[in-house]
Amino acid sequence: MSRRRPSGPLDLDRWRPAPFLPERDTRDSALVFVVAVLCFLACLTALGVIASDRAARGWSHQLSGEMTVIVRPKANETPDSAAARAAETLAGVAGVAEARALEREKAEALIAPWLGEAVDLADLPVPRLVAVALDREAPASAQSLEQALLARGLDAVVDDHTTWLADIQRGAAIARWVGLGVFLLISAAAAAVVAFATRAGLAARREVVELLHLTGAEDAFIARLFQARFAQMAAGAGLVGAAAAAALGAAMRLGGGGQGLTPVLPVAWSDLLAVLPCPLAAALVAAVAARMTAASLIRELS
Amino acid sequence: MSRNPNAAETADAWDAVVRFDDVSMRYGREPETLRDLTFSLPQGSFHFVTGPSGAGKTSLLKLIYLAAQPSKGLLHLFGQDVAQTPAEVRPFLRRRIGVVFQEFRLLDHLSAFDNAAVPLRIAGRKPDSYRQDVAELLTWVGLKDRMHALPPTLAGGEKQRLAIARAVVGRPDILLADEPTGNVDHEMGLRILRLFLELNRLGTTVLIATHDQDLVARSGMPVLHLEEGRLTHMGPVSGGARP
Repeated sequence: MSRRRPSGPLDLDRWRPAPFLPERDTRDSALVFVVAVLCFLACLTALGVIASDRAARGWSHQLSGEMTVIVRPKANETPDSAAARAAETLAGVAGVAEARALEREKAEALIAPWLGEAVDLADLPVPRLVAVALDREAPASAQSLEQALLARGLDAVVDDHTTWLADIQRGAAIARWVGLGVFLLISAAAAAVVAFATRAGLAARREVVELLHLTGAEDAFIARLFQARFAQMAAGAGLVGAAAAAALGAAMRLGGGGQGLTPVLPVAWSDLLAVLPCPLAAALVAAVAARMTAASLIRELS
Repeated sequence: MSRNPNAAETADAWDAVVRFDDVSMRYGREPETLRDLTFSLPQGSFHFVTGPSGAGKTSLLKLIYLAAQPSKGLLHLFGQDVAQTPAEVRPFLRRRIGVVFQEFRLLDHLSAFDNAAVPLRIAGRKPDSYRQDVAELLTWVGLKDRMHALPPTLAGGEKQRLAIARAVVGRPDILLADEPTGNVDHEMGLRILRLFLELNRLGTTVLIATHDQDLVARSGMPVLHLEEGRLTHMGPVSGGARP
């Protein structure tokens, strides 16, 4: 219905022509709601995909750049001195950026979950660990570390993280593709629903199309009218959906501290920019759908 | 009055504003609604289309205002073969035709004033150029105090008068009206008839589909009488029309 309020005869607004399509129509509420919800879901999925991709890259990066060496002290030396000697040895190997002996407490903390509280770790010969950070450009191999340790007479086992790297990378790739697939699916569903809802909304205004057509409006004029109207509506709804998704993403980022809601799915502030194209995409889909529907309706009338 | 009430029979068909050559029409796979119509309407003529319900009066008007196409035969409008007229030209033909639809087809979200001005806006006229014309026309059809009312708040007769105002506001070359006095009282019916006659006097070709025998008799204008989709009589009402 018209938004114009009753006013005096001298009020120029009374004589300003109202648009051929109502500026607001209660029939559009459902369309706006559906488009906003789907845009919200699509944006949320996009944020999830970006975060999972970052997480997967992080896991791979970590695994490919580190090794752990388990050092068992010989009879004539203490665990601390064996670990210190191993760290010193490893630090000298080409391709090692840093080698650091972990304190006993850290080693105990690592194995405590596996043994339970009933066991007193002080009574056990807990092996010492040396964390080795590799040179990213030319990383040392596990074999070269083992040879260096053996040459210094150390009883140690090199835990090569890259053994797990392939599995992790495969898992990360699957997570990435699944996320991307879900995003594309939701985006396609959103686009289809936007198009469908636009067609339904336009079909509900068939009487406007018919009247304009029969009164001599050119097809392009009618199509532009509906295209602009529905694009505007979808852009507004897309903006609401995108803003809601960005707000949720921001809440995850704030609530989760430096690593986002969870270290497994870290959300960065820059990720929130991913929702920006959403209103535009929604408007584009609605515009194309409206134009095609209007053209189809006009064809039926001609 | 019409410059030549019976011109349809005598006019050079090629100068006719509307010319039907053996035209038939059907909706989808339905039986033919109009059959083998041949007649022409010269510029400036005034005719009524009469006939019982279902005879094809509305369909005949639809063919002329290009809302339907013949299934057979040739229809010429303003000297152009409609079937051969490019799609991009048709809107300009429609702008030369004013139509009073039986079901009014008013846009509920537009005021009476804006509804009446639709053809002028589509033709590219600016509000300043048509404001006074539209206001005067609405005053003439008795809607002076209802110019800013929305159609859902108008009575049936008011809607009909508004639909008539919209049809004539652009001074069309042809005016087609489908039961234009169906919802108005006798006095308003006569006023509407006078409006149509005045437009006709100014050169507009008028074709009115009606059941209103009094209107036909008072006008003295010729009729096209349809029976089951066939043109059974064309000429003065006293010449055998059986509406």
